[in-house]
Amino acid sequence: MNRTRNNPLADDLIRPLLHTSVWFYGAVLVLATIVLCGAAAWAYQVWYGIGVAGINWPVFWGFYLTNFVFWIGISHAGTLISAILRLVNARWRRPVTRCAEVITVFALMIGATFPIIHLGKPWLFFWLAPYPSAREIWPNFRSPLVWDFFAINTYLTGSLLFLILPMIPDFAVIRDRSSGLRRRIYGTLALGWQGTTTQWHRLEAAMQIMAVAIIPVAVSVHTIVSFDFSMAHVPMWHSTIFGPYFVAGAIFSGIAALIIAMAALRRTLRLHAYLHPLHFDNLAKLLLLMSLLWGYFVFSERLTVWYGNQPSEMAVFWATQRGEYASLYWTMVFCNFIIPVGILSFRRLRTLPGIVLVSCGVLVGMWLERFLIIVPGLANKPLSYSWGTYSPQPTEIVIMVATFAAMALLYMLFSKVVPIISIWEMKVGNQPHPALPADEEEEQQGLWRARP
Amino acid sequence: MAHRWGMVVDLDKCTGCEACVTACHAENNIPTAGATEAGRGRAMHWLRVERYWEGDFPDVKVKFKPVMCQHCDNAPCEAVCPTYASHQTDEGLNAQVYNRCIGTRYCANACSYNVRFFNFFNPQWEKPLQLQLNPDVSVREVGVMEKCTFCVQRIKSGKSAAKADGRELKDGDIQPACVQSCPAGAIIFGDLNDHESRAARLTHSPRGTKLLEDEGTEPKVTYLQRQSWNEPDTQ
Repeated sequence: MNRTRNNPLADDLIRPLLHTSVWFYGAVLVLATIVLCGAAAWAYQVWYGIGVAGINWPVFWGFYLTNFVFWIGISHAGTLISAILRLVNARWRRPVTRCAEVITVFALMIGATFPIIHLGKPWLFFWLAPYPSAREIWPNFRSPLVWDFFAINTYLTGSLLFLILPMIPDFAVIRDRSSGLRRRIYGTLALGWQGTTTQWHRLEAAMQIMAVAIIPVAVSVHTIVSFDFSMAHVPMWHSTIFGPYFVAGAIFSGIAALIIAMAALRRTLRLHAYLHPLHFDNLAKLLLLMSLLWGYFVFSERLTVWYGNQPSEMAVFWATQRGEYASLYWTMVFCNFIIPVGILSFRRLRTLPGIVLVSCGVLVGMWLERFLIIVPGLANKPLSYSWGTYSPQPTEIVIMVATFAAMALLYMLFSKVVPIISIWEMKVGNQPHPALPADEEEEQQGLWRARP
Repeated sequence: MAHRWGMVVDLDKCTGCEACVTACHAENNIPTAGATEAGRGRAMHWLRVERYWEGDFPDVKVKFKPVMCQHCDNAPCEAVCPTYASHQTDEGLNAQVYNRCIGTRYCANACSYNVRFFNFFNPQWEKPLQLQLNPDVSVREVGVMEKCTFCVQRIKSGKSAAKADGRELKDGDIQPACVQSCPAGAIIFGDLNDHESRAARLTHSPRGTKLLEDEGTEPKVTYLQRQSWNEPDTQ
């Protein structure tokens, strides 16, 4: 135990849990107020009816579903990226994985509330679950919304396990370094972790299984979210490209969110020694790759629609390309493709502020992308007599802002109860500079040395 | 044999007077949204008369097209509803069970014809309009979808009246509100499984078309297209 007490690494990473500045309380207060405003807005909507939102005939889905798809997309930051990096054994992943996995869990929780917020009768959302009831009917398994319900629950369960498993040794470290109530709480959370060889073996095996299992789950979740649209015969929704297009977009926005979160943590928790510019550089390259992939998907989608020249689809195509939604469309292209490719392709421009700026742009662009998929199609369905338009109302905007505040708040609170950088994984890596290749054998030995 | 209810709309006879729309509102307790809300796309018309026009004044050709739920055999709204609120009955009606609906509005998005309407608020009627509500039709609450039922309450009472008299249901016994109120007799309702019924015969008319037929929804409403009386080579 004395050995760990003198460990500067653990000291650094546990510091945020033990010391809290006034600024932190201030920020929590502000964010919590915004979240409460969102809750009040929702209560207002439930009381008066969903008509207080801007949705109408024929645009029955608007901001709420846009936010749903956006947040589920953000959730791909974590588990998927971290699982892939674990599987390919990328050494630079060590300080990144937990920041990423936390985003997944919180973004999923937030994303999953939107379909409930958007319901006409939100208090009956559990009717999507199959359970023996007096109504004597099961959910309609032909409905993509039911697929969603199961896919999201599976992903949430998997991501929680994937997040919590590697936290166990860290809980044990905190347990061993604290006393009183804190020791009791973390002792319970550590589930009797002693750091025996058997325990380490089991943890490694469990993480391997989870990393392999979570990737198909993550891919399927956003594919199924895309099916909400592509299964319906709405112009420019009914597209075979939507599955991979949504998954690519999800990973794209997920990486952007991860970069922003990491930059914020690095600054506020003074983790400069752990989150190196190289981590941001690597993630930026990944972001560039996804930006190119995104551009390719949009090009393929748009070109086939334009060349196919079906009247109902062309109405939506021109509405986005040069009509009512053109300003939003070209902002999206600018934020998602032109800026990322323009900045991230050049090493000189790929600086930390540059990367964070690009990431913020990507979040804006990806949000717009979801909006532009959902609304123009509904507003321009085949019978031109029933064309419509959509403008968001204050209730929708307040609830949307509140969810961003909720994400920041949950993230901040989490970083106060769990080390946001995995202590034991850093020890296993024995803190090599991420640029230096460490040889495999040394890494194996490092694992045993790291026993607390 | 089970009934299979269908409708025929003769566009040649339709004058666009909208008596059917008014009758539909009165029969089915459809709330009126008011000017402001209607401007925001909250008006509900289970049956609407779409107006399309060609040409410039004074040579304007206006076409009216009454559009209601097409009661599709292959209805896109039914597959997407997570709670079976939207489903096909044994008599081919595309039914909406209000108490099962949780308001995902997915059915309305999936519907190619935009004939499904959502209760954005609890319905209200200005006094004394609440006194004319039809007791045979339930009033829908906030948060559920609703749509044309082919006046299912009239189908039911027509069937029970026939049963009470101990006779078979005959063609024309059942008239939805729109059919009854159309002064030009442009809307015909009947059993498509009864090959002698007017509706069944007109369904096979050479003028018959389905709305957005290439969507593959197999509607049970047939539109009889207008003839062009003034084209030179037809005279």
